[in-house]
Amino acid sequence: MLADAMTSSRSVSLRRLRVGEKASIVSISVGGELARRIRDMGVVPGATVEIVGRAPLKDPVAIRLQGFILTLRNNEADWIIVEPEISDHKICDPSP
Amino acid sequence: MRPVTIALAGNPNAGKTTIFNAITGARQHVGNYPGITVEKKTGLACLEGETIALVDLPGIYSLTAYSQEEVVARRMLTEERPDAALHIVDAGALERNLYLTVQLLELGIPTVVALNMMDEVRRRGDSIDTKRLSRLLGVPVVETVGRTGVGVTEALRTVLAVGREARGAGKRGNPWQSRIISYGTDIDPVLIEMTGEIDRCLADSGKNADMVYPSRWLALKYLENDPDIHDARFFSEECRTHFETQYDQLAKHLEKTLQTYPEAIIADFRYGYISGILRQDVVTRQADIAARRNFSDQIDRFLTHSWLGIFAMAAVFYCVYQIAFSLGGIPMDMVGALFDWAAEAAGKIIPDGLARSLIVSGIIKGAGGVMAFVPLIVIMFMLVAFLEDSGYMARIAYMLDRVFRLFGLHGASIMPYMISGGIAGGCAVPGVMGTRTLRGPKEKLATMLTLPFMACGAKIPVFLLIVGAFFAENNQAAIMLGITLSGWAIALLSAKILRSTVMRGEPTPFVMELPPYRIPTMRGLLLHTWERAWQYLKRAGTIILSISIVIWALLTFPALPEDMAQAYDEKIASAGERIENISSVYAASGLETDKVALDEAREALDALLNQKSGAALTHSFAGRIGLFFEPVSVFAGFDWRTNVALLGGVAAKEVLVSTLGTAYSLGDVDPEDAKPLRETIKADPGWNRANAASLMIFVLIYSPCVVTLATMRTETASWRWPLFSLVSSTGMAYALAVAVYQAGRIFLR
Repeated sequence: MLADAMTSSRSVSLRRLRVGEKASIVSISVGGELARRIRDMGVVPGATVEIVGRAPLKDPVAIRLQGFILTLRNNEADWIIVEPEISDHKICDPSP
Repeated sequence: MRPVTIALAGNPNAGKTTIFNAITGARQHVGNYPGITVEKKTGLACLEGETIALVDLPGIYSLTAYSQEEVVARRMLTEERPDAALHIVDAGALERNLYLTVQLLELGIPTVVALNMMDEVRRRGDSIDTKRLSRLLGVPVVETVGRTGVGVTEALRTVLAVGREARGAGKRGNPWQSRIISYGTDIDPVLIEMTGEIDRCLADSGKNADMVYPSRWLALKYLENDPDIHDARFFSEECRTHFETQYDQLAKHLEKTLQTYPEAIIADFRYGYISGILRQDVVTRQADIAARRNFSDQIDRFLTHSWLGIFAMAAVFYCVYQIAFSLGGIPMDMVGALFDWAAEAAGKIIPDGLARSLIVSGIIKGAGGVMAFVPLIVIMFMLVAFLEDSGYMARIAYMLDRVFRLFGLHGASIMPYMISGGIAGGCAVPGVMGTRTLRGPKEKLATMLTLPFMACGAKIPVFLLIVGAFFAENNQAAIMLGITLSGWAIALLSAKILRSTVMRGEPTPFVMELPPYRIPTMRGLLLHTWERAWQYLKRAGTIILSISIVIWALLTFPALPEDMAQAYDEKIASAGERIENISSVYAASGLETDKVALDEAREALDALLNQKSGAALTHSFAGRIGLFFEPVSVFAGFDWRTNVALLGGVAAKEVLVSTLGTAYSLGDVDPEDAKPLRETIKADPGWNRANAASLMIFVLIYSPCVVTLATMRTETASWRWPLFSLVSSTGMAYALAVAVYQAGRIFLR
């Protein structure tokens, strides 16, 4: 897969995040029209996202970016690789 | 001097249309771009004694050439070459919005940026340093609040000044200057080299004079793998091959070294350029995150909640349905009554004969058929526009997408389906017009072609008639529910079939904005509704009127042969005389027996009149067509009378029942109360539960009415899809009706 080299160990796909979680985008690992569409709408490496909610059937997902909310289907969110922000309770986790 | 032309550009939901309405008011014209159905809105404004021609571009996020909207916007900019662009920017989402600004600057069109919805930014406690932004971007920047009109005149004045200057330089005299943005060490050298080569190529082919694109922009688009530019014909074959090689080399190099694509790098650098500007103290954001949880988010907690949201949505659909079809039924009936009255009045004035028949049955009824839908369309689109402008429509699509995607559709397909009869009693005409909300062309077409399978209001009398005659009367509610659900099942399944065959292909990316909730402006709603109603009248109306005259001719010609007509007329005349005689006897005697005789004589006259029109129908082209198809339709259990009624039903499903009545020589049957017809077909040995069931299936599925077909033609800008709909749905209806009839003959007897 493209752009794998840029992802670090903590990177997960956007789909894995829970509602309320925040993350910063690491890479978009897809090309073609989908990639263009999400880039054009401001989903680019470095941007911060927050999961706002999921539709009643758990798909699509709504995410907040700087100043606006986007919705994506789960299979589209799969291509967006993010690094979750360490949330408050995780600070106390004994991590290696 | 010619007017200054200004293009209004911006993202969807940035408030572009509101500003366009504020500037042009009622002086606007809505048309379509040639060959496609993206709306082209133009309008005029007057400022400082100068006429300004304003073009409202479709809402776009980027100047690539992938969606229809983008292609249209870009062609308009490059081919019509407006003097200047006013870019309406949602000030609350600057980064993303400036992405389009940068592309406008790279294209080179003189641009003014309007920071719209500044009130919302201030309410959130943020601030934007407009002067600094203007200096860093190198273009004028003005603040606006489209909803209240604050700053709009100032924006127009600024862009007018820019446009005047451009116009002064002449249409071709002053080539657009591409803004130079650095794309890093991998792209920049190739870009510069290619720009030079493009200049040479153009000079060689002598096309430089007509060239409206800046060379750097062309090179950039080449590297972005832009299909429009890659296919462009203005380069020689040699140049194109050379550019392709250059692109391929760069793409391969980037994939090997960075595992990415040229276009991704270009986008990254563009966003980098923007954040580089914004970081220089242009935007000050309220640090308190909690304050950002705004009003809109609070509403969404409820309206998109996993189960509360579903209830809320059901309630919204119920309200839309009630308002549109209960309330909307009243003006619809009034318009119908008005035309009935006109038909009657005209019938009295014009002497009996062909002219009367043409004017009354052809033209007035046809015009009535066109006009009757106007109140419904007006109300329906007020409601749809309200849902769209308020931001709720996007939530509906979001919540239901998972279900509709199973069938190759999009969450936004729900609204057209609902309007068309997803709750029994809708109408496919506003449904077809409502598919404009869908952005993916395949999903849009699949929705449009399958929504006529819903049980629209005009089909219902047929179901009531048949259910009443052949199936337990107290079971009506259950059967109506069954019909509605069958409509859904057939529509969704055929959408699935269409999307796996004729319209095969990956789903269009769903990526969609959930705009914040806003209270729609009355002006916006009214303008939007007026546009739709007017378009329907202007385009579909003329088609419908001419087709209803054709149908009238089919039902009228050839007239009964002279001798047959005369035989009927003689009988009718003698029956008339008989009535007169008996009534004078009755008037004198007042005896009960005479009254009975009088009633009998009147009935005999009615029967004769009905026989005559029945005979005329048999003799007409329609009757002949019905007879012609009988050898085929008999497999579905339909005789020629049913065929004639079904043919009439293509003109408008409303006339199905009454045409059937005429074919049975019952005169004008009131579709709302078809008791005599019900008794007749019940007693007719040719009718049984098997062909009753097959007729219901056939009516549900077969060809949409002419009004719907004409609206499809308007929406797709071609006859191809309405014809496809006519043929495929009638074929499918026939196949299913035959299956039901043959099975019914075994099981239902």
